[in-house]
Amino acid sequence: MFLLYDLLVSPFVEFGFMRRALGGAILLSIGSCPIGVFLMLRRMSLTGDAMSHAILPGVAFGFLFFGLQILPMALGGMVAGIIVALVSGLVSRLTILKEDASLASLYLISLSIGVIIVSSHGSTIDLMHVLFGSVLALNNAALILIAEIVFITLVLLFIFWRGLVAECLDPLFFRSVSKLGGVIHLIFLILVVLNLVGGFLALGTLLSVGLMILPATSARFWSSRVEIIVAISVGIGICSCLSGLLLSYYASLATGPAIILSAGVIYVASIIFGPSGILFNSRFKLTQINNKLKRKIK
Amino acid sequence: MYGFAKMISNLINAIEFNELTLGYRDSLAVTEFSGAIKLGSLTAVVGANGSGKSTIFKGIIGALKPISGNILFASHQEIAYLPQRSELDLSFPARVFDFVSLGLWSKRGLLGRITSSDRQCIANAIEKVGLSEVLHKTIDNLSGGQMQRAMFARVIVQDANIILLDEPFNAIDANTTIDLIDQVKAWHNEKRTIMVIMHDLNLVRKYFPNMILMAQKPLAWGETSKLLTSQIPMAARCSQSSEEMESACEVNNYVAFQSIHRQYCKGKNDVSTL
Repeated sequence: MFLLYDLLVSPFVEFGFMRRALGGAILLSIGSCPIGVFLMLRRMSLTGDAMSHAILPGVAFGFLFFGLQILPMALGGMVAGIIVALVSGLVSRLTILKEDASLASLYLISLSIGVIIVSSHGSTIDLMHVLFGSVLALNNAALILIAEIVFITLVLLFIFWRGLVAECLDPLFFRSVSKLGGVIHLIFLILVVLNLVGGFLALGTLLSVGLMILPATSARFWSSRVEIIVAISVGIGICSCLSGLLLSYYASLATGPAIILSAGVIYVASIIFGPSGILFNSRFKLTQINNKLKRKIK
Repeated sequence: MYGFAKMISNLINAIEFNELTLGYRDSLAVTEFSGAIKLGSLTAVVGANGSGKSTIFKGIIGALKPISGNILFASHQEIAYLPQRSELDLSFPARVFDFVSLGLWSKRGLLGRITSSDRQCIANAIEKVGLSEVLHKTIDNLSGGQMQRAMFARVIVQDANIILLDEPFNAIDANTTIDLIDQVKAWHNEKRTIMVIMHDLNLVRKYFPNMILMAQKPLAWGETSKLLTSQIPMAARCSQSSEEMESACEVNNYVAFQSIHRQYCKGKNDVSTL
């Protein structure tokens, strides 16, 4: 018992930076994972990935003028993310390109601009900080910003939950009963950007989307109801953060990647052992086929 | 809900189309569509694929804005719309109950919560379409026929006086078709205005008093008994191609039939010679 306490709890009791990292990561999971579930259900997982790259030039401009300060970099990231989302939507409406193709083009341009700005005005360490985050260096200002983002996310999700579900499940029907489709899509994109910016503070621009998508895709194997999938994804997110932090503490691994890797392990386990995963599902199907055959023979 | 729509002063018509043109980014799907749907009528909309049937529905629900012309509605008309099953994300993790409850959107809106009487109304609708046993199952576990029943239950919950059904009987078994036709007849008896996109001309002849033949514009519009003969060979009952259409139905209006034939066989531009 004491051994378990020493292993799992004592690092967080002893070190303030570990506590702050855990607090930040748990907050991020509460905000990002539900957004990840809707990204997945709207078939926008790769859009989330593209958006996470798209915030980089904004972050880089913040860094250019104010150095490694949280607020300017976060605000820059939000502005860049929203601009890229809107411009890619505009390009897809006005030209023959579909939205995913225009987004992919724009995020590649954004990523290169961002890396050039940071690398030409800062050190390699600064670039690594921006790209992969520094969850162990979360200060109070960063924690407060993440908490605010999570609060806004939960409030907007509560208000727009039914609209998000309806628009995702049956968009044409939803257009017949409501004109909110466009508004809901825009609010959702803003929530994605907000949470990516929150995630960037801890995990960097490249990995922040990991805490959105991996818990969501893992949770899909465990339930067939959207509310439960969201709850499970938050649980998986928190477990990934906890195990990632401990892994990084004991094995001296980079913290952000350790968190995402933990989520990756849960994802692989879910594919195999989840009720809708390979093991259970194929066995279930075989049982059904077997029962049908038996009925026919009778 | 219908920003572009004005109200009809005439009390006989539920929907009026005035030289309506609808289209997508690079093509026109419906051109100069004019006519009126009477209050309480049951109308089948038939025509080949790409003839603009679904586009008309999208125009009515406001998903497509008219390029020119307009659509007028009688006062106090709510619209219930049943899209094609292929428009839905059938892998979405939702229960049948949750899916049907979407029909309450017009009454409850974004923030309204579902009351206990709403729950009863949803349960009744699900029972009416014979899905009580799968009430708490998720929609990804339903067969095509069961899903169509669930979509009908949602229309029942909407309780609207204009009902638009887009190919509701496609790829479903005979029993389900009979049950759902009964529901359409029940709506008709309740004096609701119903438009149904159909491919099966036998069903149209048997159950639909009015029909519209579409080829970007209405080529024939009127009483089904006058537009279709009573003898429709089973082998050619679907209006998917010109040959089937020709052998399947005789259209009273010779000019209309000629134009349909030209539309299918020689390309859409021939219609302009009408």
